[in-house]
Amino acid sequence: MPTILAVDDSASMRQMVTFTLKGAGFNVIDAVDGIDALDKAKKTKVDLVLTDVNMPRMDGISLIKELRTLPNYKFIPILMLTTESGTGKKSEGKSAGATGWIVKPFNPDQLLATIKKVLG
Amino acid sequence: MSIDISQFLDTFYEESFEGLDTMETELLGLNPGEADVESINTIFRAAHSIKGGSGTFGLMNVADFTHVLETLLDEMRDGRRDVTQLAVDLMLASVDVLREMLTALRSSEEVDVVRVTEIHDQLETLLKGDAPSVEDVAVETPVKASPSIVGWNVSFKPLSHLFKTGNDPVRIIKELSELGSIKANVDLSAVPEFDLLDPEECCLSWQIELSGGATEEQVRDVFAWVDEDCELIIDAITSETILEPETLKVVPVPDARDEAVPLEPETPVITPVAETKPVKVVAKKSVAVAAKNPHAAESGSIRVGIDKIDALINMVGELVITQSMLNQLGEDFTMDKVQRLQEGLDELEQHTRELQENVMQIRMLPISFSFNRFPRLVHDLSSKLNKKIELKMSGENTELDKTVMEKIGDPLVHLVRNSLDHGIELPEERVEKGKPETGVLHLNAYHQGGNIVIEINDDGAGLNIDRIREKAIEKGIIGENDSLSDEKVHELIFAPGFSTAEVVSDVSGRGVGMDVVKRNIRDLGGIVEVKSKKDVGSTFTIRLPLTLAILDGQLVRLGDETYIIPLVSIIESLQIKAGNVNSIAGGAELYKLREEYLPIIRLHDVFEITPVNTELINGLLVVVEGDGKQAGIFVDDLLGQQQVVIKSLETNYRKVDGVSGATILGDGTVALILDVAGLVALSRERVKILRNQAAVA
Repeated sequence: MPTILAVDDSASMRQMVTFTLKGAGFNVIDAVDGIDALDKAKKTKVDLVLTDVNMPRMDGISLIKELRTLPNYKFIPILMLTTESGTGKKSEGKSAGATGWIVKPFNPDQLLATIKKVLG
Repeated sequence: MSIDISQFLDTFYEESFEGLDTMETELLGLNPGEADVESINTIFRAAHSIKGGSGTFGLMNVADFTHVLETLLDEMRDGRRDVTQLAVDLMLASVDVLREMLTALRSSEEVDVVRVTEIHDQLETLLKGDAPSVEDVAVETPVKASPSIVGWNVSFKPLSHLFKTGNDPVRIIKELSELGSIKANVDLSAVPEFDLLDPEECCLSWQIELSGGATEEQVRDVFAWVDEDCELIIDAITSETILEPETLKVVPVPDARDEAVPLEPETPVITPVAETKPVKVVAKKSVAVAAKNPHAAESGSIRVGIDKIDALINMVGELVITQSMLNQLGEDFTMDKVQRLQEGLDELEQHTRELQENVMQIRMLPISFSFNRFPRLVHDLSSKLNKKIELKMSGENTELDKTVMEKIGDPLVHLVRNSLDHGIELPEERVEKGKPETGVLHLNAYHQGGNIVIEINDDGAGLNIDRIREKAIEKGIIGENDSLSDEKVHELIFAPGFSTAEVVSDVSGRGVGMDVVKRNIRDLGGIVEVKSKKDVGSTFTIRLPLTLAILDGQLVRLGDETYIIPLVSIIESLQIKAGNVNSIAGGAELYKLREEYLPIIRLHDVFEITPVNTELINGLLVVVEGDGKQAGIFVDDLLGQQQVVIKSLETNYRKVDGVSGATILGDGTVALILDVAGLVALSRERVKILRNQAAVA
């Protein structure tokens, strides 16, 4: 099964996302912010990155920019978790190299549907 | 598939409360007029997380409320709105409201809708009142579902960098096919010669005919992620514009990405992250338990640093090694191995002690958890009282037991309120006295011996000795002619029902506080003292044991029973001299010790047990102090001193006067731990009654 890197500074969101994805059989690695995620992304190969936008230390946008400079992450789907109010963040994320986004709040079914769609 | 997400609620509440604390701290640090971007960002992030989480977990009222707050913060963050005092105060009120909402929701109680609506409306008013001039960016094109539309012609020409966004045209076309039947025509004209081909660039484009009843919005949604990465033309196919069938050539869509990125079907490698693993396991377990028991929220969880867990695991490892060594030794033990046995037992003792210390460490939290509420409290109160007060805090990292921390919170708040209300003077009064206009309240914590000491110091007016004395006489606490040292007068403020405030204010309450403060602290096995100097200030000092679970005890023998006296309350132990014993009327006995008369407590009378001897000269007197008063406890013999683990008698049996708990000794017997303050009070009471009875007779 594909491996997904789930990045969120909120522990409850991380738990929820991890639980949902693991329940669907994915391998999940979680990270608490951009720096943690970048570190983990370099150590292992993941098939999809799911990242929150607003995070301390390194936010989602910067993480996406950094990831896209890594050879292994040039073409990997990277999805942002964003709120509707963050319309500006969507295009900012897009120009940073994001594949797409999932709008918060979402429920586990929506999350899985989108991930499965992207991973085919 | 449906997943029950309520199991993550506990974590959500916990992190939300932490977020609110962060918001509060940062808000208090904001200076109106200055937009501290870093602070506003931190506040925004916390609000944003709460909003996202509450939406996800279905707490829509919290999400709605936070949304307004977030909008306000967003405008401040972008510099579109000034940071005004009004806004800061309103945001602080919002933090309170959110805290109340979450607390209510967590314990399945009703949310105070009136209050929520009030603050919500104030936020809305602030937002609308001087709304920044921003054009609305999102202008939705109204979607007309025309009945004559039978499908869509989509011209999809990805820009060459499309792959680098992680998007795959094939996936998009597949998704489109879910809206109806499609015929796709691939345009290969832009594909260069093979040797010029860059597999990382997309040079294909498609003409797609989608038939079916999909709306334009649905079609656009499919391309939402790539609308900036492609040229997209979507034309409606009406009944008149049906394409001629022969112009369509159906070409199987090549998976462009396949050649671009060879994805080896490898098993994903997960690098074990050793240092976080144990904690993860613990966290998961607690989640599982919490899910089974939805009302367990109040039982509380505790956050433990990884280093503490690691130290624990390390210790257990050592213990296991020692145990297996002893096991081996026991299998074929001969007397010549006694030396090694002794060594092994020593090691076992050392490891057990270290393990105990480490386990206790887990319950220890820095006192900042308790101190953190004070900046807000001081901020709110000083504006209410029209005083200028600066709060200083030191020793925030001093650790103490979580239970002690929870119970010391209220007394601390009371003492701080008291210092603000009665201690620190109004600015003009301070200037008159030649002091700086701004008063200083200093909270300090440190370890001393086996205790934690918390000091609340203010540079205010100090306790007014004359007024306290007057009041105490008026209330009948002391006699008119009693001569008391200043220290004794100061202590009077802890007497029940004592209050010198001329006006009962809603800040320090109705004067029922100080005695309650003292009692609460005593219940924790601690003491509170006050030192004060007129116009210089007052210092309240609280001394608390580091933990409530273990105590240093003196074992004493009484008949066949063993009792434990807490070591902290013992002043001295002495051989009884018959000449110093005075019997007073009614049968009570006093012992004369250096000009002081101490009541003698015969434990066998109190607990009604058969003593081995009743002759005072055959036993020992343990002089103890409880609640500031001394007494002598008559025992047969002193045994050893040791640390004992306190077991509650109340939960296992019932409350017994004069006994604070019980413990299990090394030989398996139960020993009762004496409640010294209770015993002293009991004996003083008894002396009084006996005296009165004698007087009447």
